Amino acid sequence: MAADPSSRSRKPDPARGAKVSRSPWREQAESYFMHHRKVARDSAGRLWRTPVASLMTWAVMGVALALPVALLLLLTSLQGVSAGWESSARVTAYMDLDASLETTRKLASEIESDGRVAELELVDRDRALAEFRASSGLDDALDYLEENPLPHTLLITPEENARSADGVAALVTFIEGMDSVERVQVDLGWLQRLNAMTELLARAVWALAILLAVAVVLVIGNTVRLSIESRRDEILVAKLVGGTDGFVRRPFLYTGAWFGLGGGVVAWILLQLSLWWLSGPVERLAGLYRSDFSLSGLSIDGALALIIAAMLLGWLGAWVAVKRHLSDIEPGEIAGG
Amino acid sequence: MIEFRQVTKRYDSDHTALRQVNFHLDRGELAFLTGHSGAGKSTLLKLLMVMERPSAGEVVVGGQVLNRLPRRQIPYIRRHIGVVFQNHQLLFDRTVFDNVAMPLEVMGASPRDMGRRVRAALDKVGLLSKEKMNPLQLSGGEQQRVGIARAVVNKPPLLLADEPTGNLDPKLSADIMNLFAQFSQVGVTVLIASHDLALINEMGRRTLTLDHGNLIAGGSPLQGGSSGR
Repeated sequence: MAADPSSRSRKPDPARGAKVSRSPWREQAESYFMHHRKVARDSAGRLWRTPVASLMTWAVMGVALALPVALLLLLTSLQGVSAGWESSARVTAYMDLDASLETTRKLASEIESDGRVAELELVDRDRALAEFRASSGLDDALDYLEENPLPHTLLITPEENARSADGVAALVTFIEGMDSVERVQVDLGWLQRLNAMTELLARAVWALAILLAVAVVLVIGNTVRLSIESRRDEILVAKLVGGTDGFVRRPFLYTGAWFGLGGGVVAWILLQLSLWWLSGPVERLAGLYRSDFSLSGLSIDGALALIIAAMLLGWLGAWVAVKRHLSDIEPGEIAGG
Repeated sequence: MIEFRQVTKRYDSDHTALRQVNFHLDRGELAFLTGHSGAGKSTLLKLLMVMERPSAGEVVVGGQVLNRLPRRQIPYIRRHIGVVFQNHQLLFDRTVFDNVAMPLEVMGASPRDMGRRVRAALDKVGLLSKEKMNPLQLSGGEQQRVGIARAVVNKPPLLLADEPTGNLDPKLSADIMNLFAQFSQVGVTVLIASHDLALINEMGRRTLTLDHGNLIAGGSPLQGGSSGR
């Protein structure tokens, strides 16, 4: 290498040679991290000094990030609903029409004594008819019937530990095998449909999230490209005095990460605001459905993950821009004719 | 310190900037590089800075053949070459101090070391009192001296200057040249591209003269004379 200690030491430098006690490795590492800190601070300062432009970029990023995260949160809430319903699955057993109330009572106590049953309600046929009359509005039509077409019914809530799909199925088989039981029904069909739908929705949301992540990378890439253009002279000089690619790249990668940080924070604020705005109506709606459904917001961990992901995306965008444009700026043109 | 061996630089089929240039500069030698504009002065300097690669022949700096240098190594070569430009290439978004500190920052010098060496360089060019100013506030001659301080702050064994006195009056030019002479006295090899013939003659140093890419004078140390005429 062109380093030449003898020619260096011949230059007068009074302070040279003093305090070389610390190991050069440690010194090197220290100044490396010091430089990282300085660059990080510098690039943050640059964003701060152009608040409007930075805010715009943060807002674009925030919206692009908030949308998929909001949908994911909604999805999680929906999955929570279906899980809740699954656990409260009720088994309905219809008795033979000619089974007497007495037989039904006996059967009921037999079923209730089973370890897998938490709760049992007997709905006799008269009450069933009354309820049906009240809720269906088919009052007149029912009057034409000669006898009550409804059987006695048992509403069975399984014990906590029997609430798995297999557990419920076993319980159903057990009850089906009993005398005088006409039919046993577990209505999980709509749950399965909801599950299939949330699964489809999840795929769609992830696809959207990926698309928007790409958009974020491109937006940051473009912003960083402009910043590279505006710092052309600095890049030229840095390359002239022997700045490595890593050195030249560093401030822009930090810029990207800071854009990401701001974007992540904006996204989080947007999410919290819309959660606050929606929670009232959602509660009312859930109340109407007698559901304990509620929108869940981001946990602290979730918010942190969102912000870190946003920073990574910003960094990635900067990387793309730097990769494409930094090699275009070479000091070849600098020395005049 | 510098050696050109049969160096040819061809940009395209009909433009040859340098033709089979041969010369050798020793450590601590100060030489001028002159010739009409377009004679190949800048090309020669760019080859030394590895901004360009020769089409044929070898460029050797400090014992290292630059032709075969991988791209990743280029920054490390440049850290050992100080360059002074006609248009200074100073950055106006930072102070004089920060401008001069750039080569040290690039090398990862510690802040303590940096402060000491920057001030030593600024002291050398007589601008120690202006370290906190923006280069825009300085005169042309002062800006040029800031450029020189930046070029020598990491004590490179080789100093290149491209028309360093291009925009300066004779008095200031002479000052700058004296500065270069001082550096060569402490062992720095200095190569100055200039077409200020009056100044070159006054200095009475070895002069490499290019004409249409050919080195027509100064190729060997005996030509051109090394002490005053």
